[in-house]
Amino acid sequence: MKIAIRNGRVIDPLSGLDAVMDCFIAAGRIVALGAAPAEFHAGMEIDAMGLVVCPGLVDMSLRLREPGLEYVAGLESEMQAAAAGGITSLACPPDTDPPLDEPGLIEMLKFRARSMPGPRVYPIGALTHQLKGERLTEMGELHEAGCIAFSQADAPLIDTAVLFHTMEYAASFDFPIWLRPEDPFLARGGVAHDGLVAARLGLPPIPVPAETVALQTILLLMRQTGARVHIARLSSRAGVDMVREAKADGLPVTCDVAIHHVHLSEMDTADFNPHCHLVPPLRSVRDRDAIRQALADGTIDAICSDHAPVDEDAKERPFQEAEPGATAAELLLPLTLQWGREMGLSLAQTLARITHQPAQIMGVDAGVLRVDGPADLCLFDPAAVWQVTPETLLSLGKNSPYLGHEMVGRVRYTVIDGHLDYRQI
Amino acid sequence: MAQNLQLTSDGRLRHLLTLDGLPKRILTEILDTAQSFVSVGERDVKKVPLLRGKAVFNVFFENSTRTRTTFEIAAKRLSADVVNLNVNASSQSKGETLLDTVSNLSAMLADMFVVRHSAAGAAHLIARHVAPHIHVINAGDGRSAHPTQGLLDMYTIRHYKGDFHNLRVAIVGDVLHSRVARSQIHALTTLGCPEVRVIAPRTLLPRDVSGMGVHVFHKLEEGLKDVDVVMMLRLQNERMQGARLPSAGEYYKHWGLTPEKLKHARPDAIVMHPGPMNRGVEIDSEVADGQQSVILPQVTFGIAVRMAVMSLVAGANS
Repeated sequence: MKIAIRNGRVIDPLSGLDAVMDCFIAAGRIVALGAAPAEFHAGMEIDAMGLVVCPGLVDMSLRLREPGLEYVAGLESEMQAAAAGGITSLACPPDTDPPLDEPGLIEMLKFRARSMPGPRVYPIGALTHQLKGERLTEMGELHEAGCIAFSQADAPLIDTAVLFHTMEYAASFDFPIWLRPEDPFLARGGVAHDGLVAARLGLPPIPVPAETVALQTILLLMRQTGARVHIARLSSRAGVDMVREAKADGLPVTCDVAIHHVHLSEMDTADFNPHCHLVPPLRSVRDRDAIRQALADGTIDAICSDHAPVDEDAKERPFQEAEPGATAAELLLPLTLQWGREMGLSLAQTLARITHQPAQIMGVDAGVLRVDGPADLCLFDPAAVWQVTPETLLSLGKNSPYLGHEMVGRVRYTVIDGHLDYRQI
Repeated sequence: MAQNLQLTSDGRLRHLLTLDGLPKRILTEILDTAQSFVSVGERDVKKVPLLRGKAVFNVFFENSTRTRTTFEIAAKRLSADVVNLNVNASSQSKGETLLDTVSNLSAMLADMFVVRHSAAGAAHLIARHVAPHIHVINAGDGRSAHPTQGLLDMYTIRHYKGDFHNLRVAIVGDVLHSRVARSQIHALTTLGCPEVRVIAPRTLLPRDVSGMGVHVFHKLEEGLKDVDVVMMLRLQNERMQGARLPSAGEYYKHWGLTPEKLKHARPDAIVMHPGPMNRGVEIDSEVADGQQSVILPQVTFGIAVRMAVMSLVAGANS
């Protein structure tokens, strides 16, 4: 199908392109910007007047809950939700049931994902067998099956020697490792930031050193092994400062943050709202502000949704017993736009954090809008106001701290591989 | 939001979940109402008909004898029908969720739930989901709150000291794990106590405890200097040895309240304890049973305070 997208404001964060023009798509590629190529007969015309046309979003952490957790959410619903959020490429963490630790599971997941409309799915393989933190997985095989990186998701890796060896082994292939820094002992039993709110409410705390101690270990082992490491889900000002310092020191480290941590803080947990029970915990306002600043100055490379659908039975519990996580695939764009507006950034600068910057870390050809590039596009109305309700979310996970809130910016069309995979009705 | 959840639209007490954020007016109203109930316990017929025909369910997801019993006595003195349920042993182990348990009990036509649970915020969760005519009273949730204990402690202080405006109060012991300490701190700061101190080793204090408006001391002698009220906390058995404390003996040596240590407080200082006490761990028997101890009156006042809370929340319907 050939598609002509007319009169949109075309933005490519990588090149800085930002102009009203037409965009032409054929055979899964962008074939022209501006004037139509000769002999172009569009099978579909999209009037993008008033809309932004940008590269499809690239999400570094989106849980599809498959295999094994289909009672919570399924591939079909979460792929639709991701497309509705303007996401055209996603990395899914290995914390499924069973974990993504065998090539067969990766092949099945990729096959299933290809059989339905929705984003390109890039699995992250388990770093250790069953995510138990004891035995290496067959990283070479997993890579061949399609894993773009290896991680423990939120499972602890207690044995530092195992961590060391996984980094050495991955470095032999130059495979990237994605790690969320958290010392399992310092975080043990905790559910909330070790701050004023936890002190008042009596919630078991997770101190900041749970992040910084683990981060220091990772950075030291990185220097020793030469492994390529991406730091996932930073939560603290101290952690941000350590990454800034390591980068200044020339260490090739990258990092991301989950979108909720860009806006929310421990203050949002003050009424025991289980939707604000997240991993890592929402920290102080100072920590939150440091994250916002570090995103603007480039210390933090990417924002991910960290989409985690949780069913109501597991969420409607006392805070500390509620399953952590929030549904976020459909909120990634409006919440990122809100951050950019509040920081006074241009749309291109804002969108870079959810397009080519995560794509570069993932090592995939995505997140750019250029002639001959893949036809993965997100068309959104930057001024549209909509309300987050269980009905407006396509994800089966309705667990969001933003239920009832209004969002500014809504995806109207999502084009993936040259197909119109989502259209807002 | 927690505050709104506890009050009706016209500002009356609907649920009692925490003392955090509860206005002074409500705290004072509860203490005044309790005062009128103290005499009920001294009469031949120890009953008033305020809750006649109402069903009070004591739902305890965590074991307790003392608190449950005092709630039961309080409800019976108000002429309510009382049902006691220990849920930890039955449905929870079968995988029933907290809200399912509560829905089932609501279907048995409860008017009031008195709830104890091991997780912070459990009472809030229940209050958010019950029908509008049902009242929830928190009898202890995790480390978070034990509001009726905090209130009976305030009643006791007011009884012996008149008011709060010139008092120095010290809370001694495991503040970190104590819902009692949190409720005491919220109540004291709301009622206008100018100086609240906490005394404990760093391992037993929340990191940001001073943000709650208290002065932090690590040495018992220094913290007790010139205080009017000493509130001891129970040290749980499982905390006595481990990573936070080396031994019960070392704890007693540094933070146990002995007659010698008590001399640092004002001569007319009162000594309180929420019970059950560990004699020879956090408190010496000579102090516990001594002239300055008001530990047994605390228990008596506790019944009047719980009657006051139950009658006030029930009255919020009319």
